[in-house]
Amino acid sequence: MSADRLRELFATVRAEGRTAFLPFMTAGLPDPELSPSVFRAIEGADAFEVGIPYSDPLMDGPTIQAAGQTALKAGTTLDRGLAIAGGVAETTGKPVIIMTYANVIFQVGSERFAAKAADVGASAVIVADLPIDEAGPIQAAVEAVGLGMVLFVAPTTDERRVAQIVAADPVFVYGVAELGVTGERKESGGHAARLSERVRALSKVPLVMGVGISTPEQASAMRPLADGVIVGSALVRAVLDAPDTDTALRDLALISRRIADALR
Amino acid sequence: MKLDRPDDRGRFGDYGGRFAPETLMPALDELERAFEKAWSDPAFVQRYHDLLTSYVGRPTPQHIAGRLSEQLGVTVILKREDLAHTGAHKINNAMGQGLLVGEMGKRRLIAETGAGQHGVATATAAAYFGLECAIYMGEKDIERQRLNVYRMRLLGAEVIPVTSGAGTLKDATNEAMREWVRSVEYTHYTIGSVVGPHPFPWIVREFQKVIGEESIVQLGGTLPDVVVACVGGGSNAAGMFYPYLDLGIDLVGVEAGGLGIETGKHGASIGAGSPGVLHGSRTYMLQDADGQVIEAHSVSAGLDYPGVGPEHSYFADQGMARYESVTDAEALDAVDLLARTEGIIPAIESAHAIAWVARERASLAGKTVLVNLSGRGDKDVEQIAQIRGLL
Ligand SMILES: Cc1ncc(COP(=O)(O)O)c(C=O)c1O
Repeated sequence: MSADRLRELFATVRAEGRTAFLPFMTAGLPDPELSPSVFRAIEGADAFEVGIPYSDPLMDGPTIQAAGQTALKAGTTLDRGLAIAGGVAETTGKPVIIMTYANVIFQVGSERFAAKAADVGASAVIVADLPIDEAGPIQAAVEAVGLGMVLFVAPTTDERRVAQIVAADPVFVYGVAELGVTGERKESGGHAARLSERVRALSKVPLVMGVGISTPEQASAMRPLADGVIVGSALVRAVLDAPDTDTALRDLALISRRIADALR
Repeated sequence: MKLDRPDDRGRFGDYGGRFAPETLMPALDELERAFEKAWSDPAFVQRYHDLLTSYVGRPTPQHIAGRLSEQLGVTVILKREDLAHTGAHKINNAMGQGLLVGEMGKRRLIAETGAGQHGVATATAAAYFGLECAIYMGEKDIERQRLNVYRMRLLGAEVIPVTSGAGTLKDATNEAMREWVRSVEYTHYTIGSVVGPHPFPWIVREFQKVIGEESIVQLGGTLPDVVVACVGGGSNAAGMFYPYLDLGIDLVGVEAGGLGIETGKHGASIGAGSPGVLHGSRTYMLQDADGQVIEAHSVSAGLDYPGVGPEHSYFADQGMARYESVTDAEALDAVDLLARTEGIIPAIESAHAIAWVARERASLAGKTVLVNLSGRGDKDVEQIAQIRGLL
């Protein structure tokens, strides 16, 4: 329901000395009717990141772009996307984080968006093109209804900005593990360790790594560095590439189980 | 009221800002600092103007279009940006940013392009300054502006086709931004219009305002009644308007009316859009009730864009300039009109400004109208021939 659910989750994983698994999936993929079953197929999740599709996702690579286009074409609106997110929260009992882009929020208005997200039982909001410099109004609206705001730290973020970001008290920091947009990578740029060091030197805020983490090995490498790991493109691709829904659900279960196991 | 520069949050009134992924924020800060320093350094400004004189061929001429004026019953003055090196105003900005990159120590330029004029200008700057260069261009635009694709390749740039969306300028801009997120450590994004996150709209306007500054000097003390420029992202219009603001002159930006505003197939972001966030700044844009961006349409690749520079949104709200539109058909007719009365083949983008004057000639009768002829039409000859069944 609220940011507290996420705070409890991170307190628990810290106590257990493990790293949480936060799968990302686009709402409305492959269409709004089948989407709930896609989320249900994901195994081992500690929380879900539910993407509300946007026509021009600047922070996303080809896989999540394609997923967004498919979901939009299939009729995924903001309200249907949020309803799907609400269903995930209800059926799984796990915290749900809504991820989208600034214009989707501005078009309905920050307060109305926050109220809608709270209504469906979401815990937090991530906005991919909203740096701390512009986050104020949305963060205020989201926190006013008891939800958490997620803020980014990237490998390029300088010390002054890291300090500013943790001081804004996000429910967690999204550590951008690689330079570039979302998508699978064979090679890592090796930025995550330094990023983690820099955030942890300044704050106890939970740190969740995302971008370019797609395999059990890549996820496992984040265990000493982060409280959580976000995996998106690898899961989304399983749905996009599958010849039929049954295959998609089976592949999704398999891939997510392997990643979750790598984090145990 | 005219603003020298956006406020410290990068805003012109309610518009602008910095809606960009965190990865880019330090680069935007760095760019802002580098530009502030360079632009207040007389030596840098001198180098920029020397380059415009010796290399770009500035000042560009400005003259009365005699036969056109006679035919329309309106005194039409043309500012000839089509005569700048590479054939459009885009070179003013590309050379300025190229010079600035020298101050920041990056080794590679990337850019988006629609009509290909900004791509050619950036490829030219890269060759001139000895930098690597990659240009993102939508597939549809590669098709309709082929000449400029060949020119970019001749200049040593890599042209990267963009297949997402409608394969036009919006999609090319998305892809260039994504590439910048990946390569920001060694790459400068040479944005081509007064769009994007702060400080781009400000920098590009500053590098384009030479158009209006020259124009005022060339008029020698008289002022026009109306100043007209086409508006895609709005850089040629911003550069032309800026020195003419707050002088009581009627400033008219002409957006792409496409197949007609009522058809929904157009590029009139101010005329038919609403405020939102596109490509990093808050501005008028074409969008649906859920904030999804609606594809623009225009016969001219350079105006086929669902957004506009944030400073134009500010001008529009403040009533400092007004924004009209002409259709594809009217713009194509204006290409013929200018070619046959003046011996100048304009870019279809620039022809939108001429078309507005031609359509409004009754209300403009007896007035003096200054038109920014932003570029030449060589790139469009093949497309026009195709549309008319001549190929
Ligand atoms: C000749 C010419 N005029 C105008 C434009 C539109 O851009 P802006 O509105 O930034 O001047 C373009 C863009 O490609 C162009 O090539």
